[in-house]
Amino acid sequence: MEGWDPNTKSTLTQIPLLTTKAGPRDGAAWTQRLKEEYKSLIAYTQMNKSNDNDWFRISAANPQGTRWTGKCWYVYNLLKYEFDLQFDIPVTYPSTAPELELPQLDGKTQKMYRGGKICLTVHFKPLWAKNCPRFGIAHALCLGLAPWLAAEIPILVDSGMIKHKDDTTTTSTES
Amino acid sequence: MEVELKHLLADLQSLTQSLPDPSHHALLLKIQLRVEDLANLAPVRRSKVEDMSAEVVDSNPYSRLMALQRMGIVENYERIRDFSVAIVGIGGVGSVAAEMLTRCGIGRLLLYDYDKVELANMNRLFFRPDQVGMTKTDAALQTLSDINPDVVLESYTLNITTVTGFETFMSSLKNKSFCPDKQGSGVDLVLSCVDNYEARMAVNQACNELSQTWMESGVSEDAVSGHIQLLIPGETACFACAPPLVVASGVDERTLKREGVCAASLPTTMGVVAGLLVQNTLKLLLGFGQVSPYLGYNSLKDFFPTMQMKPNPQCSNVACLKRQEEYMLAKPTRDAAAKAKMEAEAPSTEEGPLHQDNEWNISVVDDIELDGPDTRSSDVLPEGLTHELPAADEFHEATVGTPVGDTDDLEDLRKQLEAINSS
Repeated sequence: MEGWDPNTKSTLTQIPLLTTKAGPRDGAAWTQRLKEEYKSLIAYTQMNKSNDNDWFRISAANPQGTRWTGKCWYVYNLLKYEFDLQFDIPVTYPSTAPELELPQLDGKTQKMYRGGKICLTVHFKPLWAKNCPRFGIAHALCLGLAPWLAAEIPILVDSGMIKHKDDTTTTSTES
Repeated sequence: MEVELKHLLADLQSLTQSLPDPSHHALLLKIQLRVEDLANLAPVRRSKVEDMSAEVVDSNPYSRLMALQRMGIVENYERIRDFSVAIVGIGGVGSVAAEMLTRCGIGRLLLYDYDKVELANMNRLFFRPDQVGMTKTDAALQTLSDINPDVVLESYTLNITTVTGFETFMSSLKNKSFCPDKQGSGVDLVLSCVDNYEARMAVNQACNELSQTWMESGVSEDAVSGHIQLLIPGETACFACAPPLVVASGVDERTLKREGVCAASLPTTMGVVAGLLVQNTLKLLLGFGQVSPYLGYNSLKDFFPTMQMKPNPQCSNVACLKRQEEYMLAKPTRDAAAKAKMEAEAPSTEEGPLHQDNEWNISVVDDIELDGPDTRSSDVLPEGLTHELPAADEFHEATVGTPVGDTDDLEDLRKQLEAINSS
């Protein structure tokens, strides 16, 4: 955890850890894991709201809880940039982390795999591997997506790759 | 195109016959000859071959392969037609491996990929610019069925890491319609040619559950090193037994990364790794030479480290532990078989001393030890290899997170999250 800012570190310590090591093919154990995922997501979202640092919405898109969709946003130069967020829970979860996707940014940055999957290899995957099965979706958002947005969005805005939705000087394609 | 040209010829003929003025006939004949030339240029598809023949004639696609028998390398080459091989990931390594196996006359190939061919793939072998935009599985099917129509090809355009993709993957491996008498699953070997950790873990999961032997391959993202590894569930380390290995190249590198975050790639390294992978496959299937348990390739120093890894008794993969238990239980049978084999081969060695006097006490020492120094538990690595990811920390304290009310009902929790989301 060296190199992480004190804010992220203190937030992280407050996100409830998970205990059940189960993936979507594990039946009842997965239901238990899903409950823990919810609890930790609820706690993290509440914490963000009370710290005035609300930055995402995520909910399960199917009853099995294997697909999740929502939004995330990042404020840069007093403007809010919002993106669709989606991911699948892999069959080998939680041994492997979910691959977070921002489909609207597909092809706009090098720090992304095909289909809009953000690159987590260096800053996040080793942490996830070390903390399996205690990290869940909330941790992936906090340690995977949040730093990615903080690093990439300013570059994408400054280079003109993405435009704010109210910027009408050119034909806007981005919300 | 052949059909079009035939129609054109027929039209020309009817035109010649219907023209009353014979002055145009010379020109029409010229056109007809040109069309016939074109028809001869059109590609010829070879027909299927019933039996593999060793006959040395230009028209026999298998003469050079069957010659392996005459050279004493392979006992029965034609067995290759009974084998099914599944290739997961039809990229720089997988597509070349598929072509090699197709040219070798493998019985059946199952191909898995969800990606499309792009111009950015053209620095590698196999795919052609005119295939850009096609799915890799469709493009591969097109080329491979042209090269060797004897091979039964199945293609699956799906992502094996998703729940539904994985289910299809498992059932396709279990399908035994190609060779109903076969023991175990419906395939003889799975080759993992994927470019990311998640997909490798999914292949590992499927193969552990099916007790399916597989081989893993990889090329580093700086394109200068790679590896192949044989995984026999229960007998050798599975992919989850130890953090993945990388061949240290002297440069800071991380393998197991995929394309997109602009990884470098070379047709040479990928071709070498595909060659090593298929060579190991042929040795395993046809039973010749020594099958490598792990073979690394560092192209900067032309260094090829090898090693062997025992399974981790504390592996986090439940199916791996089950396979380990089965392997232990089968030990007496295995030992008996090995002893019987030793005894069968023994008489030939007892033929009296080779030399009557041995003034200098020279003796021949066997350099193949069964559990030689290269067999080690998965945490000690030979020179030149390092782990890619750290192992999970042990954690003993209770970390149950229940600070959010006491409810333990999934539906309530879902509603709670929705409420916070919409507030």
